[in-house]
Amino acid sequence: MQRGIDWGRVMLIGIPFIWLFVFFLLPFGIVLKIALSDFVNALPPYTPTLDWSAGLAGFTDFFSKLDFESFQWLLDDKIYILSYLESLKIALISTFFTLLIGYPMAYALAKSPQSWRTILLMLVILPFWTSFLIRVYAWIGILKPEGLLNSALMGMGLIDEPLSILNTTTAVYIGIVYSYLPFLVLPLYASLEKLDHTLLEAALDLGCSPVKAFWQVTFPLSLPGVVAGSFLVFIPAMGEFVIPDLLGGSETLMIGKTLWNEFFSNRDWPVASAVAVVLLLSLVIPILIFQRMQERQQEAES
Amino acid sequence: MNVTRFNWFNATSLTLAFAFLYLPILLLILFSFNASKLVTVWGGFSTKWYVSLFQNEMFMEAAWVTLKVAVVSATLATILGTMAALVLTRAGRFRGRMLFSGMIYSPLVMPEVITGLAMLLLFVAIGLDRGYWTITIAHTTFTMCFVAVVVSSRLISFDRSLEEAALDLGCNKLSAFFEVTLPIILPAIVAGWLLAFTLSLDDLVIASFTSGPGSTTLPMKIYSQVRLGLNPEINALSTLLILFVSVGVILASLAGKRAEQMQAKQD
Repeated sequence: MQRGIDWGRVMLIGIPFIWLFVFFLLPFGIVLKIALSDFVNALPPYTPTLDWSAGLAGFTDFFSKLDFESFQWLLDDKIYILSYLESLKIALISTFFTLLIGYPMAYALAKSPQSWRTILLMLVILPFWTSFLIRVYAWIGILKPEGLLNSALMGMGLIDEPLSILNTTTAVYIGIVYSYLPFLVLPLYASLEKLDHTLLEAALDLGCSPVKAFWQVTFPLSLPGVVAGSFLVFIPAMGEFVIPDLLGGSETLMIGKTLWNEFFSNRDWPVASAVAVVLLLSLVIPILIFQRMQERQQEAES
Repeated sequence: MNVTRFNWFNATSLTLAFAFLYLPILLLILFSFNASKLVTVWGGFSTKWYVSLFQNEMFMEAAWVTLKVAVVSATLATILGTMAALVLTRAGRFRGRMLFSGMIYSPLVMPEVITGLAMLLLFVAIGLDRGYWTITIAHTTFTMCFVAVVVSSRLISFDRSLEEAALDLGCNKLSAFFEVTLPIILPAIVAGWLLAFTLSLDDLVIASFTSGPGSTTLPMKIYSQVRLGLNPEINALSTLLILFVSVGVILASLAGKRAEQMQAKQD
């Protein structure tokens, strides 16, 4: 139909494409390069740097100096493996608890009277807009030994001495569940809301108990929402920095915090980059699954 | 028990979940009006922390930097994100489409420490001085993907025959977009801008990696204060930020609702 090049289309695709390519994709190539470099006490704090003026010799020289020393370092020092495993454990357990709280919430939202629904949804979305940092900060005052939770529990006579929750893994779980709950509830609500009620009624008419009908009809049909929501919690939780740093104290190791410390305290850019590469590799599969699901959903809607 | 309709079990789980979501924020707001310096002991009503907050030049300066970054990056992100949404929903197939949608969806879930580190290393590699502009570019990049998702969901759900009619009636593609498509998707674009604005306003991790001397943002300031311990001024500042964002979001959604109703009437 169209003759020649459609310059409008080229610009429309090209401008956001090039922006994302330069500022999002290209930087990952640089992270990989720095991860293969060595630490030096200089500015920038890594070697080798590419010498453009040396031509081809500069290139070969540059590539011959790259090595896997930083990755070797990650294997030699136990702290990296430990913090990686700890992140995996914390992300999995908190995703499970988010689901445990989020599912009944999304389910109730989907069944709520139409007239309330706009305002209820607004109430789910609103915390998502308020600062993450502030919401995490709010928990410090609640969880600390002389904090509000302990004084309330002691006031009611439930405990005699303050529980130490702040600066433990428990505080990190609470922080993650609290911060990421809306991320799980929204996709889950979307899939529960679309659910065909006649199927559930049919199951009940055919003699299913309500509990059995839930597990045999409702839950399997809501699985796409469960998976999408869980990824939205699990993936960012794996690399979370603010929550373990503010609520977990020094005893909680998480890979995001280790990366941060490596970069800001030790100023070891190559090791920080190697940590980033390993973390990214471990997230590639969940991220790809998440992306495929988003695309399929978009195709289904259009 | 009636399982197909809203019952007491649903009401209880909603109440508990909302209590969990809102109690910490409400307590934070309450204690910003606390006269006592001890953040967790009530010592009477006072607004003195608000007064001392506004006299604190450090905070005011950081607030100004944050606002400038947020406005500029949200505006750039809205333009780029809307273009990206049009590509996702209207451009059909082209080489690199998989890569394109990958670059749109992966920043949504990418851990911020990775994005921040990667951006910083790029800026160092190309020799760009870290400061206001590097934070702005970094924020534009990750928030444009959120805008793209918000706008593309609106583009999917609207009637394409309107666009086709405009083209049949002699509009070129550009004027069809500005005359027909843009007015319809405008509420989504406004929502996208607001989302990008608040994401930029909130961001600590990416800003910490990409900022330089003299460009400290408000979250960075809050973070360094919080590391030193609880501080009633932070409670006051948090309350103001929460109010600011909540009022903005509620007004925008009301405006969006009205625009939809007007459109429905016209149809």
